[in-house]
Amino acid sequence: MSVRAPERESLMASAAPAQPAVTIAGLTKEFSTRRGTVAALGGVSLQVATGEVLGLVGPSGCGKSTLLEIVAGLQEPSAGQVAVEGRPASADRLAACVLMPQRDLLLPWRSALDNAGLALELGGVGRRGARRRAAALFERFGLGEFAAARPDELSGGMRQRVAFARTLLAARPVLLLDEPFASLDAITRAELQEWTGEALAAEPRAVLLVTHDIEEALYLGDRVLVLSPRPGRVRMELPGARGAAGPRSETVTSAEFSRLRARALEALA
Amino acid sequence: MSRAARLAREWAPPALLLGTLVAAWEVAARAGWVQDYLLPAPSEVARALVDDRKLLLEDAWVTGQEVLLGFGLALAVGVAIAVALHASGLLRRAVYPLVVASQAVPVVVIAPILVIWFGFDMTPKLIVIALICFFPIVVNTFDGLRAVDPAQAKMLRTLGADRWALLRRLELPAALPYFFSGAKVAVAVAVIGAVFGELAGSDAGLGHAIQVGMAQLLTARVFAAVVILSAMAIGLFALVSAAERLAVPWAGRRKAAA
Repeated sequence: MSVRAPERESLMASAAPAQPAVTIAGLTKEFSTRRGTVAALGGVSLQVATGEVLGLVGPSGCGKSTLLEIVAGLQEPSAGQVAVEGRPASADRLAACVLMPQRDLLLPWRSALDNAGLALELGGVGRRGARRRAAALFERFGLGEFAAARPDELSGGMRQRVAFARTLLAARPVLLLDEPFASLDAITRAELQEWTGEALAAEPRAVLLVTHDIEEALYLGDRVLVLSPRPGRVRMELPGARGAAGPRSETVTSAEFSRLRARALEALA
Repeated sequence: MSRAARLAREWAPPALLLGTLVAAWEVAARAGWVQDYLLPAPSEVARALVDDRKLLLEDAWVTGQEVLLGFGLALAVGVAIAVALHASGLLRRAVYPLVVASQAVPVVVIAPILVIWFGFDMTPKLIVIALICFFPIVVNTFDGLRAVDPAQAKMLRTLGADRWALLRRLELPAALPYFFSGAKVAVAVAVIGAVFGELAGSDAGLGHAIQVGMAQLLTARVFAAVVILSAMAIGLFALVSAAERLAVPWAGRRKAAA
């Protein structure tokens, strides 16, 4: 980590004059249903810089996933501004973001390796080139021996790693993670959180991490925003523990971490 | 359970039932309860199969070709229509009712007309077979294309998929199990289409053999032709099922895991 740190700083410095990777201002979203209009987001404003991980926690149904889909260019806001790398058009947002959903959504007819290389193939890289680049990442992720496995032969944790490899190989400046570990058991989740922290440290990207797990947001995030119940708006900002030295088990049991968690819980209540 | 025991458990019930039915039929025919030209004994049908094998094989060859080509035509047209219906809401509204209406057209009525248009050669038979077969292929494939998980489509879009890539990488592979369901229904009735086509006008084929056999009261030969038609349908069905296992290996395993 100490070797990598200056490199990251220089990358961030070179990006500094530009605008933040993600800018959201006064964003609202309403859905019309048979029973009338439902406000999902009630005026959210936030920014995410390149190299930063922003955690978003909030109660179920507060519009977190909707927010990510709007940033990703899959939905349009009802009002307010959203821009990715300074561009507001949905096609530009779609091109600059990659969304990792809660379910791994691996294609059952593709091997683990070919699932990971999907974005490369969609970008015009041949099957062989995609496999070569995915294989390099698989080695780093400890997935090497599972390259040829079909998704239904993998455990939940393995599948999520493959999904994460697929997300990273899309090579977009903005990563949108929507409860990426929610479907995993507690032990696997803790393991993958630690592992994700390391994987994200290697690459200077803007990351928006949506979760209902306060500990996850505080552990992985540089900053954490606590959202209110629907219609969601930012209720509180907390510093995260990202980059803390030592193993995860020490970080999340420190007094400082406990204090932050208590404050977040209070804000959620 | 041993392999032999498993095979016995799977095959014994249908074999026993079929054997009993055939035996009863044989007894009824030999006892003279029914006239020979109305219902020949199974042994007579078997004799016709052997005695007329040259004739029947030639006819089976003709019908087999018609069925394969007609079924192939139905596959191509069926998948193309399903994709078109899926791709365009306008086409869906305009064409889908016509696709359904096409199944209300009585094949018995349209087959002779096709013979007038296209003559005695293979074309009218292929059209009749395709007309009967394409419907289950269209309906099932179309349903399969629409049954794609919307979350999966969103995921692919953020990975950079355009409309065409979505179809090719997600919707078509995901629709494969549905497509095969339709193809299995279609292939089983394809044989009927061939017979209808041949009855309307032909100089060869098992339908032709049935027509001639009926006229000459060679009922055993008619039954022999039907036996061959059934065998053909079973063989084609098995072929499509085998293709399904090869093309959709993930479907069975996922079901087993669930």
